[in-house]
Amino acid sequence: MTDDIEIKDKAAWDAAEKVADYEHGWSSDIETDFAPKGLNEDTVRFISAKKNEPEWMLEWRLKAFAMWKTMEAPDWAKLNVPPIDYQDAYYYAAPKAKPKLNSLDEVDPEILRVYEKLGIPIAEQKLLAGVEGGEDGGLPQRRVAVDAVFDSVSVATTFRAELERAGVIFRSISEAIKEYPDLVRKYLGKIVPMHDNYFATLNCAVFSDGTFVYIPEGVRCPMELSTYFRINAENTGQFERTLIVADKGSYVSYLEGCTAPMRDENQLHAAVVELVALDDAEIKYSTVQNWYPGDAEGKGGIYNFVTKRALCQGRNSKVSWTQVETGSAVTWKYPSCVLNGENSVGEFYSVAVTNNHQQADTGTKMIHNGKGSRSTIVSKGISAGHSNNTYRGLVRVAPNAEGVRNFTQCDSLLLGSLSGAHTVPYIEVRNPSAQIEHEATTSKISDDQMFYAMARGLNAEEAVALIVNGFAKEVLQQLPMEFAVEAQKLLGISLEGSVG
Amino acid sequence: MLQINNLHANVGDKPILKGLTLSLNAGEIHAIMGPNGAGKSTLGYVLSGRPGYEVTEGSVTFNGQDLLALEPHERAAAGLFLGFQYPVEIPGVSNVQFLREALNAQRKYRGEAPLTGGEFLKVAREQAGALGMDMEMLKRPVNVGFSGGEKKRNEMVQMGIIDPALAILDETDSGLDIDALRTVGDGINRIMRKPDKAVLLITHYQRLLDYVKPDFVHVLDGGRITRTGGADLALELERDGYKELAA
Ligand SMILES: Nc1ncnc2c1ncn2[C@@H]1O[C@H](COP(=O)(O)OP(=O)(O)OP(=O)(O)O)[C@@H](O)[C@H]1O
Ligand SMILES: [Mg+2]
Repeated sequence: MTDDIEIKDKAAWDAAEKVADYEHGWSSDIETDFAPKGLNEDTVRFISAKKNEPEWMLEWRLKAFAMWKTMEAPDWAKLNVPPIDYQDAYYYAAPKAKPKLNSLDEVDPEILRVYEKLGIPIAEQKLLAGVEGGEDGGLPQRRVAVDAVFDSVSVATTFRAELERAGVIFRSISEAIKEYPDLVRKYLGKIVPMHDNYFATLNCAVFSDGTFVYIPEGVRCPMELSTYFRINAENTGQFERTLIVADKGSYVSYLEGCTAPMRDENQLHAAVVELVALDDAEIKYSTVQNWYPGDAEGKGGIYNFVTKRALCQGRNSKVSWTQVETGSAVTWKYPSCVLNGENSVGEFYSVAVTNNHQQADTGTKMIHNGKGSRSTIVSKGISAGHSNNTYRGLVRVAPNAEGVRNFTQCDSLLLGSLSGAHTVPYIEVRNPSAQIEHEATTSKISDDQMFYAMARGLNAEEAVALIVNGFAKEVLQQLPMEFAVEAQKLLGISLEGSVG
Repeated sequence: MLQINNLHANVGDKPILKGLTLSLNAGEIHAIMGPNGAGKSTLGYVLSGRPGYEVTEGSVTFNGQDLLALEPHERAAAGLFLGFQYPVEIPGVSNVQFLREALNAQRKYRGEAPLTGGEFLKVAREQAGALGMDMEMLKRPVNVGFSGGEKKRNEMVQMGIIDPALAILDETDSGLDIDALRTVGDGINRIMRKPDKAVLLITHYQRLLDYVKPDFVHVLDGGRITRTGGADLALELERDGYKELAA
């Protein structure tokens, strides 16, 4: 049994470690089942049919597609993105595996090898028992249940049985649509409405897979939940959809990790994540985003246009976003909190690293509608090479939201002289009782710090990694412990080659 | 152990070291004294490879190696330690993390196995204890919010953990209170007074030399060694000053 714990723990470690490492630049030779290239109504029908979706879901998708055709891509971000040819991509790619997976034996062995390379726990024989619901008592201390999404399809979800015993629903969204239609319909598109923005609308039309989580009233989820997203097939967009509902008094910590292989052409990723926290519920949502950033000359890489929003609906509800963004050629992402509940709390902790020709425009919105709602924003931007890193944040206080408080801290760290850091805070306060604080700093790694670290034995890259980790510490310490360690390594790796 | 021969070095375009020659053998402690701006710290930086300090002439060998050909971290791994006159703050990085990474980087460079967390903490605890530093301080970010004296004491804890072959200590005694001066002096003797080690002690005052008896005292003035003597020279300088000496 101790052996078992050991392996499970290690698996979680390895998974995060592997995500941190772009030796990952392989792609696998799995036979893939594609939707025809291009985007039209038939593509949408194809995806829905492939997933055996109910009629209401298809109608929803078609409505979104019709809406999307009338919309235009936003251009307000400080990003330089060449026009995207939406007809020149695949919108659905499924590994040619069994349609429904009851055990990992049914998974294409090549996929298992992919996950082995990724170090994802599902490849562990001991974990297979978990999928089958065969694990016995004596719960190991730290485990992570994983839903793995490969291109457009959720390949496997672990620990399902144990979670079910606790009443927790942890499913791919495709399964949830069929198994829990009422629950899904109640919340899907309610936090991020269909018309919200260009990329969110596109996601509504063509979302492939993703994760659904429901934590029932009063339940503290017995383990970390995690989803691994991986884009593998060439020219494929990935449009995942995540919905997490935390019922009254419940708690869940959820971690999302992402990788993609190196490819010359850019690939599109447009996810939507919706979170709902009811009275006294808490959701901790952590992301370690390490999509392929493109090469040193700026060729290739993922375009990451993501809409993430949390609705703190209940009184005393709390949502905490923590993100470590190191990958992608372009990141456009503003995980936000709509704080409707009285005394609800929103938090945003972010580290965004850009190197070479990467561009990131990221931040948050804290929308204070509830009385006494509070928010904290800590953003750490690190720019190296020729990259550009922008923090964009909005703090809005509604007229009848009394006693709102916000604290915002935006720190930028520049490496070299060719990179850019920008801070764009918007503050809209319509209630005079609000207390809003904003602090911003921009600094460079000092020669003194570099030399001090090197005189103690660190080489230039190790010294930079150490100093950058110190700079980002307030954010990193918000991550679940295992991932904090791996995220530290990831920061160092992302900045490789940034010092001369 | 260390042979400095006719060393010339510029900071920016300004020549600071102008033909400095000095030899240290294993087992010896040398004190360097000299007026403000003479180039003492510059010597420490040049020997540890600080960018911006350009050697224009001369040579330095350290245990037979061409020291000047090595990067700063390689010099550290080769056994050179610089105790900073002004220790640097690194926010967000604990002393424990900093030193463990530094020590293991050195060990890796030398082809030695890294110390585990437990092994490292044992060494750190011993050294902190011997120098009267609370372990809680070692958990704080590197030098952040440390008083002047605490920073200097921290340099000595670092030296104890790293256990170098050659230590250049740049005014480690400045800013220490009377008790701390004794603790640090004892620490230098304990860690460095060994047959296979050597120390270059940069100081302005005799008082540290009461605890750490130098084998040689040198006067550095105008970028070169102008006088060398035994421990008595320091007393003489304290009494007469540098002006008298130059006259
Ligand atoms: N970056 C620099 N540019 C120009 N001159 C410099 C620079 N750094 C140091 N110097 C000069 O080099 C000279 C030697 O400085 P150094 O710090 O080595 O003196 P020191 O002997 O250690 O003095 P102290 O006893 O005050 O510590 C000084 O005149 C100083 O002003
Ligand atoms: Mg000096």
